[in-house]
Amino acid sequence: MAETGRNGTSRILEAKGMTKRFSGLVAVDNLDFYIPEGAIASIIGPNGAGKTTFFNCITGFYQIDDGEILFDGARINGRSPDQITRSGISRTFQNIRLFNNMSAIENVMVGQEPHLKSTWIGAILGLPFTREEDVMSEDRASELLRFVGLAGKGDMLSKNLSYGDQRRLEIARALANKPKLVLLDEPTAGMNPRETIETTDFIRRLRDELGITVVLIEHDMRVVMEISEHITVLDYGRKIAEGLPSEIQTNPDVIEAYLGRGAAASATASET
Amino acid sequence: MDILRSERSRIVVSLGLLSGAFILFAGAVGMIEAFHEREVVDKFISLGQLLMLLAPFAVGFVAASRMAHTDASALTLLVCGAGVGILTAIPTVILLLFNSEEFRFLLDLTLKLLPLAVASYFAWQRYRAGADPRLVAGAWLAIAVLIGIVTYSFALVFEIKGELRTVLVNINRDWVDVVTFDHRKELMTGILTLCLATVASGCVGAIFHLIPDAPRRALLYGLGVTFLVGAFGETVRLILQEHLDRDTLKEIFRRDTLRQNAALALFVVSTVTGFLWAMFGQNLRHGISTMEYSQRRVLNGIGMLLFVAILLSLPWLIGRTLSDVAVTIGIFVLMGLGLNIAIGLAGLLDLGYVTNYAVGAYILAVLTSIGPLGLLKGTFNFWTVIPVALLAAMTAGFIFAMPVLRMRGDYLAIATLGFGEIIGKLAISDWLKPLIGGAQGVQAIPKPVFLGAELKNPEQLYYIVLVACLVTLFVSIRLNNSRTGRQWMAIREDEDVATAMGIDTARAKLLAFTLSAATGGVAGAIFAAKVGTVFPNSFTVFISINVLSLIIVGGIASNPGIVVGAIVLIGMPELLREFSDFRFMMYGALLILMMIKRPQGFIPSKIVTHEVRQGVKLKPAAAE
Repeated sequence: MAETGRNGTSRILEAKGMTKRFSGLVAVDNLDFYIPEGAIASIIGPNGAGKTTFFNCITGFYQIDDGEILFDGARINGRSPDQITRSGISRTFQNIRLFNNMSAIENVMVGQEPHLKSTWIGAILGLPFTREEDVMSEDRASELLRFVGLAGKGDMLSKNLSYGDQRRLEIARALANKPKLVLLDEPTAGMNPRETIETTDFIRRLRDELGITVVLIEHDMRVVMEISEHITVLDYGRKIAEGLPSEIQTNPDVIEAYLGRGAAASATASET
Repeated sequence: MDILRSERSRIVVSLGLLSGAFILFAGAVGMIEAFHEREVVDKFISLGQLLMLLAPFAVGFVAASRMAHTDASALTLLVCGAGVGILTAIPTVILLLFNSEEFRFLLDLTLKLLPLAVASYFAWQRYRAGADPRLVAGAWLAIAVLIGIVTYSFALVFEIKGELRTVLVNINRDWVDVVTFDHRKELMTGILTLCLATVASGCVGAIFHLIPDAPRRALLYGLGVTFLVGAFGETVRLILQEHLDRDTLKEIFRRDTLRQNAALALFVVSTVTGFLWAMFGQNLRHGISTMEYSQRRVLNGIGMLLFVAILLSLPWLIGRTLSDVAVTIGIFVLMGLGLNIAIGLAGLLDLGYVTNYAVGAYILAVLTSIGPLGLLKGTFNFWTVIPVALLAAMTAGFIFAMPVLRMRGDYLAIATLGFGEIIGKLAISDWLKPLIGGAQGVQAIPKPVFLGAELKNPEQLYYIVLVACLVTLFVSIRLNNSRTGRQWMAIREDEDVATAMGIDTARAKLLAFTLSAATGGVAGAIFAAKVGTVFPNSFTVFISINVLSLIIVGGIASNPGIVVGAIVLIGMPELLREFSDFRFMMYGALLILMMIKRPQGFIPSKIVTHEVRQGVKLKPAAAE
């Protein structure tokens, strides 16, 4: 499954002048950013900063009004969500959105969609190719369930899984696409400290074992600072900082956006 | 007053009035009267009377079981059962009194006092709340006058016409006959009989709760079997008539009704069997479940063979009339299976399914008819046109799906409903009259010919429907457990996420509509061949609603559920003609009941297991 080694310099995702407006409101404002290939990158920012809108723009849920988005060197804005998924970007959702009345393994099998070729005619006639592909897809799905730690729960309806398992299943479903880039929207939201640590380790495994570039939206600063190699900070749809965790932590603009002007002043004061 | 406010009396009053209102309603819409025509047991009880007694029985049982936690004594439960029974009778008794000559004045009095009473009640309430007395007086006057206008005019109508049925058409002599158990002449005896009957059945219901589980089930089973055989006496007789000689049949039935001795024998036999099953069924099931896998497979195989044998010999078993019903049920099963692809799998609420049915029927009619409207006059036969009908329906499904691909949920339902109406209007239009005959329809459609034999009887047509159903079932199972099926389910669950998974939702939805339309076309074609004529009247929105209801009642996305749903919703009104007048009322009641008590349907759909097949051991659910 692992494809390329890390190559710090090349940019797997890049946006130039990306803008998204909702009637009057500018949710994403003339944004330039990039994600290095093979990195674990985070998008942070206060509530309403436009982080999820940013994800929705990349995955084609929203069409951007201006600028362009490049994935692997090719323009992807203007494409439909299913085409973007097919080009190798997967995502999870802030509020878990599984296919509730399908079993866990079926959820993962649906995630493999871009790699499946069998047709309904093949299914009705029971053609050998379709059967083989079904078995293969089933095997791969079980493998992924094992990878995320859900082996043995595959035949449960996904709505009956525990909260943590549902988060894991959503990631398994996103991985089924064999993505080059996976966008995780608050993967540790609602988790207890132990689960958060597990998830953090798991995200690292995604990159290290599968070679997938990971982009997170995350509120838990400990998680962000611990695993990110590249952080982009948004506020009111604008990028206010970008760089290594250590740089972001001391950036006065970031502190101001999070805590207000006074806090920013005292923080800079205490530092000097 | 305290006893009236206790939980027990609240239960009794609410349930008793509920069943009382039910009986009154059933009488007012004419259900009791209509059902009285059918005797369940000869010279003993009719379906209408049974309906009347079933309500207090059920409610008595429910009341007793709701009181179980208050550790009420047996006597208390019995009293409650009686209370429920008497309350059940009260609304009907009041109406009986209103309807009688001697007590007509009561109605008059009630109608005249009602506005004053209501007005006074509200005024008193306001007054106690501290409102201005002048305002209270004004309100009293206003309410009394407003309600008075209505009730006084009713009173006037009754005074002039002298009979209640001028307003409530079904409250007539026949109704009085039924509810008083044929004591119309002696009203007081009749009322007493009614009260005694409802009280008795309320008590029986309460006692039923006290019986231990095993004998209770046996009794319920015995009563159920006797009731079904009695209620469907005509049907049962038709089946038995094929296999028994006349004299034996006469012992069991007087015309279409079960004789008392036969009913008693049937009740005893079925209760005993039920009891034996309740006692030893557990062991049997346990024995089967602990059997070796190979042995169980053999058992399953035998069961399957038996099932197939019954399916194949069904027309021989049930005779002509019922075969005809079976064909109708089969046509609806076919449509149910088809519509299930759109609704059950892909979650597309299609209310215009009749479109496909009509297209199939008219294609077959026009292409095979030997009448004036036949295009080819016999060059094409049934078998060559079936694929054409299928393709035409698919094309229609495809075309109608195009404009609604971007719609979801309610909007989709409304749009498809519109398409169904359009087809009905097109069929009856002058524009298409030269082609499909307008209101006269297409006539003289020949029956299918198979190996030189004309399949003109329902017994023979049955096999065509059976084959079509089996093929559809096979296709539907294959699709359900395939990539395509999973695409549909994903769209049903969350269309946006389905897109995010890389599914081309527009294409998948088009496919669902198109494939779902296919069986509708075949069903229409078979229907046309069965009836021999095709009229626009046969293609109303009610077809779509019937098919939708049977899917919901049976269990969405569940194939066995659809068969059960079709038998209950299509078969029952065909067999019990009395039902057919109340078909849609009963559909409504059944659907509401199902949504509250069992939203997943009679037979819920099963999830396809993948991991078990791979031999992965199941983890307990509460591992986390």
